[in-house]
Amino acid sequence: MSTVARKKSLIWDYLTTVDHKKIAILYLIAGGLFFLMGGVEALFIRIQLAVPNNDFVSAGLYNEILTMHGTTMIFLAAMPLLFALMNAVVPIQIGARDVAFPFLNALGFWLFFFGGLFLNCSWFLGGAPDAGWTSYASLSLESPGHGIDFYVLGLQISGLGTLIGGINFLVTIVNMRAPGMTYMRMPLFTWTTFVASALILFAFPPLTVGLIFMMMDRLFGGNFFDPALGGNTIIWEHLFWIFGHPEVYILVLPAFGIFSEIISTFSKKRLFGYSSMVFAVVLIGFLGFMVWAHHMFTVGMGPIANAIFAVATMAIAVPTGIKIFNWLFTLWGGNIRFTTPMLYAIGFIPSFVMGGVTGVMNATAAADYQYHDSYFVVAHFHYVIVGGVVLALLAGTHYWWPKMFGKMLSEKLGKVTFWLFFIGFHLTFFIQHFLGLMGMPRRVFTFLPGQGWETGNLISSIGAFFMAAGTIVLLVNIVITTFKGKKAEADAWGDGRTLEWAVSSPAPEYNFAQTPLVRGLDALWVEKMEGKKGLTPAEPLGDIHMPNPSFLPFVISLGLFISAFGFMYHKDYSWGLMVGIVGLLITFGAMFLRSVIDDHGYHIHKEEIMEAEKKGAKA
Amino acid sequence: MKKWLLNWRLFSLFSVMALVLAGCGEPFLSTLQPAGEVADMQYSLMLLSTAIMILVIIVVTIIFVYVVVRFRQRKGEENKIPKQVEGNHKLEIIWTVIPIILLIILAVPTVKATFDLADVKPMNKENRDKEKTLVVNVRANLYWWEFEYPDYGVITSQDLVVPTDERVYFNLKASDVKHSFWIPAVGGKMDTNIEDSKNQFWLEFDQKDAEKAGGIFYGKCAELCGPSHALMDFKVKAVPRDEFNQWIEKMKNAKPVVTDPVAKEGEAIFNKSCIGCHAVTPVDKRPEQARTAPNLGNFGDRERIAGILEHNEENLKKWLKDPESVKPGNKMTGTYGQLTDEQIDALAKYLMSLKVE
Amino acid sequence: MHVEEKLTAETFPASPEKATLEGKNKFLGFWFFLGGETVLFASLFATFLSLRDRTAGGPSSDELFKMSIVFIATMLLLTSSLTSVYAMYHMKNFDFKKMQLWLGITVLLGAAFLGLEIYEFNEYVHEGLKYSTSAFASSFYTLVGTHGAHVAFGLLWILTLMIRNAKRGLDLYNAPKFYVASLYWHFIDVVWVFIFTVVYLMGMVG
Repeated sequence: MSTVARKKSLIWDYLTTVDHKKIAILYLIAGGLFFLMGGVEALFIRIQLAVPNNDFVSAGLYNEILTMHGTTMIFLAAMPLLFALMNAVVPIQIGARDVAFPFLNALGFWLFFFGGLFLNCSWFLGGAPDAGWTSYASLSLESPGHGIDFYVLGLQISGLGTLIGGINFLVTIVNMRAPGMTYMRMPLFTWTTFVASALILFAFPPLTVGLIFMMMDRLFGGNFFDPALGGNTIIWEHLFWIFGHPEVYILVLPAFGIFSEIISTFSKKRLFGYSSMVFAVVLIGFLGFMVWAHHMFTVGMGPIANAIFAVATMAIAVPTGIKIFNWLFTLWGGNIRFTTPMLYAIGFIPSFVMGGVTGVMNATAAADYQYHDSYFVVAHFHYVIVGGVVLALLAGTHYWWPKMFGKMLSEKLGKVTFWLFFIGFHLTFFIQHFLGLMGMPRRVFTFLPGQGWETGNLISSIGAFFMAAGTIVLLVNIVITTFKGKKAEADAWGDGRTLEWAVSSPAPEYNFAQTPLVRGLDALWVEKMEGKKGLTPAEPLGDIHMPNPSFLPFVISLGLFISAFGFMYHKDYSWGLMVGIVGLLITFGAMFLRSVIDDHGYHIHKEEIMEAEKKGAKA
Repeated sequence: MKKWLLNWRLFSLFSVMALVLAGCGEPFLSTLQPAGEVADMQYSLMLLSTAIMILVIIVVTIIFVYVVVRFRQRKGEENKIPKQVEGNHKLEIIWTVIPIILLIILAVPTVKATFDLADVKPMNKENRDKEKTLVVNVRANLYWWEFEYPDYGVITSQDLVVPTDERVYFNLKASDVKHSFWIPAVGGKMDTNIEDSKNQFWLEFDQKDAEKAGGIFYGKCAELCGPSHALMDFKVKAVPRDEFNQWIEKMKNAKPVVTDPVAKEGEAIFNKSCIGCHAVTPVDKRPEQARTAPNLGNFGDRERIAGILEHNEENLKKWLKDPESVKPGNKMTGTYGQLTDEQIDALAKYLMSLKVE
Repeated sequence: MHVEEKLTAETFPASPEKATLEGKNKFLGFWFFLGGETVLFASLFATFLSLRDRTAGGPSSDELFKMSIVFIATMLLLTSSLTSVYAMYHMKNFDFKKMQLWLGITVLLGAAFLGLEIYEFNEYVHEGLKYSTSAFASSFYTLVGTHGAHVAFGLLWILTLMIRNAKRGLDLYNAPKFYVASLYWHFIDVVWVFIFTVVYLMGMVG
């Protein structure tokens, strides 16, 4: 370690870090915790629905659990966990020493974290939001208490963090690539991160606007959604889905990227049809913005709009199909090693195909009148989100764990997790297609006997426990590995193709002692095939410039957190407005400090780097 | 020849699927046992799309199983490095073009059906024949349904009565929050919005299928609307046109006729505590804003208490005693004072006597 | 080039905002940010357009809007955009004093604009258009108010930059900051052109 890295407590280190690798770990821990919370909520849902007329939870509480399950999983688990992997991997994959905006990177994390914390405070302060993760305007305005306010304010804060993270990755990928790393040599995970970040940039502002409207209506006398005073609730639906549909691709494109890396690595082959894969990703991202209204077929937009959005939606199946076949043909002729990450990738292909084809079925507008808001849709999007995104997150976690923490997770336990989770997943959700077709609406807190839904619901509930068991095994695996796991080498899996496998595990804080020269797709593989041990450097060894750690991102986010409480309670308590303003002052004050205090960073000297590299090579 | 083969394959796939799917669910509730023109159209779209999708899944699965088995790493081959293939334009074109063709096959009937299902011209015609084109105004409320027959000036709640074998047209709206009107066995749903622009659509109820389903179809609210969203059921009685005409005539002239002394007592309580919200005659001229609770004109004929409980006095008393325990979040809780058991008995007797049949 | 390099008028690069990696990142990142802001305002505009006739019995736009005030405000803001161009011109010529001068004028014009807007809002409230009067009122105040908040933030930002760097002059560390702030100012100006057209002109024509 360099002498410049001052000896400070671990906690303070993480509170102030601007190192993308440490921020990745923060995202992983926070996202992981929220994932567990969302998972427990899911279990409550399945327990309640295991038998008809169950009273495990009350109707009102069920709606809170259901809302928080969706909101937590999408905003506070899936996205941050993807950000964890992006932060851990993307800068190294493109041969960069850091992201473009280390300070903003930290700010993005803390905003997300405080937003999520705020949202979950609702459990202890009078009840969680209860209008579904879509929070449709008429119901959410009707909802008593402050539940929806927690949703509206919490998501604004965490959404801001996501937006900042997105811009950071865009600039990092455009500006920080190592020499020779052309766009068409970027690993697929980097490509998908790039496109997903662009989607974040354009999809989150409409959500923010929608949330602002709802905040105004609920807290400050606005009338956007009150028909009596000229408002219109359909505006919320449009704004929400203009965000909501791209959001699906924000989640699933990086998942595609993760699997592309894994499939290529463990079949020891370059990705089949790399350029068409890139093309497909960009096309999916683009089309993702044209199809939001297929979530609103039953709203009454008329047959013309419904038909247009139906056909546009079907079009997305084409690039998605291209990707599936490219993966299959990457495997074709390969030398396939069934490691844990690879098992996930293999399991992902049929699972995601299932989710994809039911997506096309949902796109047939006329038939969607039957599927819409039924359990068929629940099954469909869980096949996409769990079968695509969550499997990818688990795969990516196993795959890059050695790179993040320097130790290999147990393969044996990893495979146990996979099988439990995979079986549980299909058990839970496959049957739900049929429940939906048999007339079961979604978001019901209970169901009456005698409607033919008993068996299906029971099977589904049993499946959920398999997934829970798989998750517990993963946690055990992590604990065991932390204490006595095998130390990982730089090329932890032995088959690494991309740059992250060229640096020690975990990567040194400056990533590359010398910026590498990239000489082809799969830069490390190119070097390996020429019999070289390391990368070709693009520069002589020299001092490396590093950004200073800062506590301000934490303070800026904390200010908004405080402020949100104040504004939420401004009608109930006289101190509300004061606290709201004080919170904003903290935030803007910290921003002001950031603006006026020069921060030129520091340098790690050549000699220290040489020493660190020697140590890293020995270990 | 080849085309014939493909057709034959598709056909056999279809029939197998239809067989499998038909075993699914209850005839009064399942979309897989369509009981009307709309549901039929949607069901055939489902079959077509499922068939195409199963085709895709089969192709993917065959390739998938083959590669996973054939190209797995074998002992002693750990260091073998396979050929690094860049791609194959021919293959890539194939798996771009074939999905496009499949989607076009699916898109054409989708668009056609979407327009057919939106055809509500007959209900909006200037000189609509009121005898032949039935229009029903559906108003969704936290957690009950109102069905108004505007041509006859008749209102009922919870139980929708419709004639079979003809298109019935609906105006849909909600009075508080958004709901969604869905009779799965008869056709897809449409939202009841809170804005003034009403949604319109049509359904058709098959006589034969109605008989198979026992004369009653289940209706559901399909949009999360609050705690008792799951309990916002309604029932649909589909009867032949003649029977429907008779029913509507009875409804037009229905008035409470109370003879039983206990029921009379109940009527008095009702007129004191309930009449402000509930009407007891199907003809209710008040504007909809004033109709804040279900019309009880034919309460005795209903299929369920509160939409969900079996229709008997026992359950009615349970409901009157503590509505909150039956339907959490309902709007009746707390609108009337504590009633004694005798009062509830009397009320129940009175309500059960409100019949037109 | 490096951030901490001391520069003279001769060695000062032609595009100081993009001469360092940090500058390049700021420049690009800010453009992306403006992309997101564009979508934000697009959503606000779309909502305003769908709600602008929903006055719910309250005052409507053609009853309220007065050309004179809005026109003056528009002129002020357009001019301030021009003066910030001058400022950037002088920045590229390494003329710090003139840059500060033109930035100062920009700030004054912006402040005048903001003052007029506050006066205008105050008028409307007195004529019966409160935030809670109608959907039109809510969407109007939110759209125009969001723009106003952007103006206020821009003013504070430029002022902070001017004061912070008053003594040390121009270098490659602060040049990108000035540049990006002026980009922001132009963006605000462009948004106003749309507000002027969509909200005021279309609102007065009816």
